[in-house]
Amino acid sequence: MSARRPSRFRLGGRRYSPAASLALAAPFLLLVAIIFILPLATLLHESLFVPAPTTEHYARAFAEPVYLRVMLRTLRIAALVTALALLLAWPMAWVMSRSRGLGLALLAAAVLLPLWTSVLVRTYAWMVLLQRNGVVNQLLQQLGLTEAPIRLLYTEGAVVLAMAHVLLPFMVLPIYSALKGIPEDYPRAAQMLGASPWATFREVIWPLALPGVTSGCLMVFLLALGFFVTPALIGGPQQMMIATLVSQQVREMLDWPFAGALVGILLVFVLALTLLFKRAVRLDRFVGSA
Amino acid sequence: MGGTDGLAGRVAVEGLVKRFGPVNAVDHVSLEVSSGEFLALLGPSGSGKTTILMSIAGFEFPDAGRILIGQEEVTWTPPNRRNLGMVFQRYTLFPHMSVLENIAFPLKMRGVGRAEREERARAALATVRLGEMGGRRPAQLSGGQQQRVAIARAIVYQPRVLLMDEPLSALDKNLREEMQIEIKHLQQRIGITVIFVTHDQTEALTMADRIAVLDHGRLQQLGTPRDLYEAPQTAFVAGFIGETNFCEGQLAQAAASGESVTVALTGGGSLPAIAAEALPAGGRIKVALRPERLRVLPATAEGTTARVAEAIYAGNATTLMLEGAFGQPLRARIPAGAGLHEPRPGETVRLAWQAADARAFRA
Repeated sequence: MSARRPSRFRLGGRRYSPAASLALAAPFLLLVAIIFILPLATLLHESLFVPAPTTEHYARAFAEPVYLRVMLRTLRIAALVTALALLLAWPMAWVMSRSRGLGLALLAAAVLLPLWTSVLVRTYAWMVLLQRNGVVNQLLQQLGLTEAPIRLLYTEGAVVLAMAHVLLPFMVLPIYSALKGIPEDYPRAAQMLGASPWATFREVIWPLALPGVTSGCLMVFLLALGFFVTPALIGGPQQMMIATLVSQQVREMLDWPFAGALVGILLVFVLALTLLFKRAVRLDRFVGSA
Repeated sequence: MGGTDGLAGRVAVEGLVKRFGPVNAVDHVSLEVSSGEFLALLGPSGSGKTTILMSIAGFEFPDAGRILIGQEEVTWTPPNRRNLGMVFQRYTLFPHMSVLENIAFPLKMRGVGRAEREERARAALATVRLGEMGGRRPAQLSGGQQQRVAIARAIVYQPRVLLMDEPLSALDKNLREEMQIEIKHLQQRIGITVIFVTHDQTEALTMADRIAVLDHGRLQQLGTPRDLYEAPQTAFVAGFIGETNFCEGQLAQAAASGESVTVALTGGGSLPAIAAEALPAGGRIKVALRPERLRVLPATAEGTTARVAEAIYAGNATTLMLEGAFGQPLRARIPAGAGLHEPRPGETVRLAWQAADARAFRA
C-alpha cells in the first residue's frame, strides 16, 4: 500500500531496446518535427531576427492599443468560454458518472458525436441559428419578445456561446472520469456522518473531482486562446481574437515577423499556464486519491 | 459514553415492505432491537438484510411500514438527520483527508469547534487502538486499519445506534476473526446499539446477542445464537445455521409444534423426531439431524446401522460419510481428543441420537 511515485525516465518496455522504441516512434516524431516544430521555429526566428536581431515586433504588440485589445479580448473570451463550459459540463458529467449501460451509451454519444463532426459544420450551424433571419430571431419575434430581428451574430456573447458548445466535450470527459472514480458509498458515508447534500458536495465531491475540473478547464481555456474558425465566423472583425489577428497579419499584411511575435506571446502564455496548472493537478493527485 | 437511558438506543422496524419491481425485497418484516443490544441480520444475498439496514439508515424508503429510532419515527427522515453511525462494506474513508480529518468530519458537520474536534477525534482513534496513525492518509493504511478508522469515525459523535454493512467481508480470515472480537468488546464498552448485516453465520453467532435470519425478504426466525442453533423453527434456519443432515419423509397425522412425531422416511424406515413447527397431515417432511449430534457406536444387532464410506480427518474433528441408514447418505462428526471410537472406512457402525435432536420441518 505504498504511495506510488512517478517512474523515472524510460523509453519503451523491457522487450524493446531504446533504439527500437525510438524507431517505432520515429514516423510520428518526424511528422511533428516537419509540420509543427519547423514552421513554428521559423516563425519565431522571423519575429526575433528579421530584419536584424530585434524585440521591436514584440514591443509593437504591447504598445498599440488595437493589438492589446485583441489580446485582452482573447483572454476574456477564453475565460468566459471556460466558465460557461464548466457550468454546462458539470451536471452532464455527474449524470453520466451515475448512469450505466444504454443510458450511459446515449449520454456519451451526445457528448462525443459533436466531437466527431467538423468544427466548421458546427460553427455554420450556429450561424444559421443566430443570423438576422435565423431560427432564434424568428422564434423571438413569434413569441412577441422582440419587434424586429436583433443582432445576435458578430457579438461577443455569440462567440462565447458557440465556442463553449464546440469545446464542451473537452470539459465533460475529464470531469466525468474524475466523478466516475468516486464510489457511490462516499456521498452516502458523508450523509450518514451528518453532511447535508450541499456539505457533501463541498467537502467530498468537489475536492475529489478537482483534478478533473482543473484538466478540463485548462484544456478548454488553452484551446479557446488559440481558436480560429469559430471566432472568425461568428465574431467577425469586431470580435477579433488573437488567432484571427495572426491570420490577418500573414495573409493580408504579409507581416510574418509581427505574426511570429503574436504567436510567440501566445505560446509563452500557454506554456506558462500549462506548467502552472500541471503542478496544481500533480499536487492534487499527490495529496488526493490513490 | 452511555446508552443506558432506556429507550434512546432502541430501533424498531414495523411491518416493513420494500418492493423492487415485482420482487418483494423485504416482505412484512417487524423486529425490535433494544438499547445496547447487538443484533445481526443474517441471510444469503437477496434475503433483504441490506435493504432493511438501508431503510434504517435512510437510503431506502419503504413501500409500507415504519422505522423508529428511540421514541421517534424516522421513516422519511433523510440520513444526515438520523444521527446514526454506519460502517460500510467497502472502504469509505475520504481519500483527500488525513485519518484524523476523516474522524473529525462528522464533528465538523455538527459545528464542533476545531480544538474540541481534534481532541475528540484523537480519543476516538485511541479507542480503536490506532493512536499514532492520525496524520496518515487512508491509502497508507491496511484494510483492517481502514475499517477501524471507519468505526472511530462512526462513533466519535456518540450516536445511539451503529449500523454495520458486512464491514469485515473484505478482510482475510484471521484478521476478520480478530476484528469480530474487537468490535464486540468495543460495543460492550461504549454500550452502543449495533445492527450488523452479514451473510457469514459464524460471524453472526460469534458477535450477536440476537440474530434475525432472513430469506427471500421474510424474517425466518429471531433469537439468540443458541436458540437458532439448538431450536431452529424453519428448515431454512436449520440448513443455514451450522451443518445438518436432512432426511425426507412423510407424516400420517398432523402435529403441533413441539409434539413428538414418527416420520415415515422416503428412503425406507421411520424416524422419531420433534415437530419444530406445526406440521400438516400427509405433507412432505424434512427431518434435520446435526452431524455432531449423531453418536457413532460399535455395531450391535439392534438399532440403526450404517456403513462408513469415508472418514475425513480435519484435526479438531473427523467427519464420517455414512451410507445405508435411512436410505440416504449422512454425515457424522466425531470430536478429536475425547477418546471416542473412530471407525475406519468400510466398517459398520450403530447410530444413536437424542429424540430432541431430530427436528421435523415442512419440506
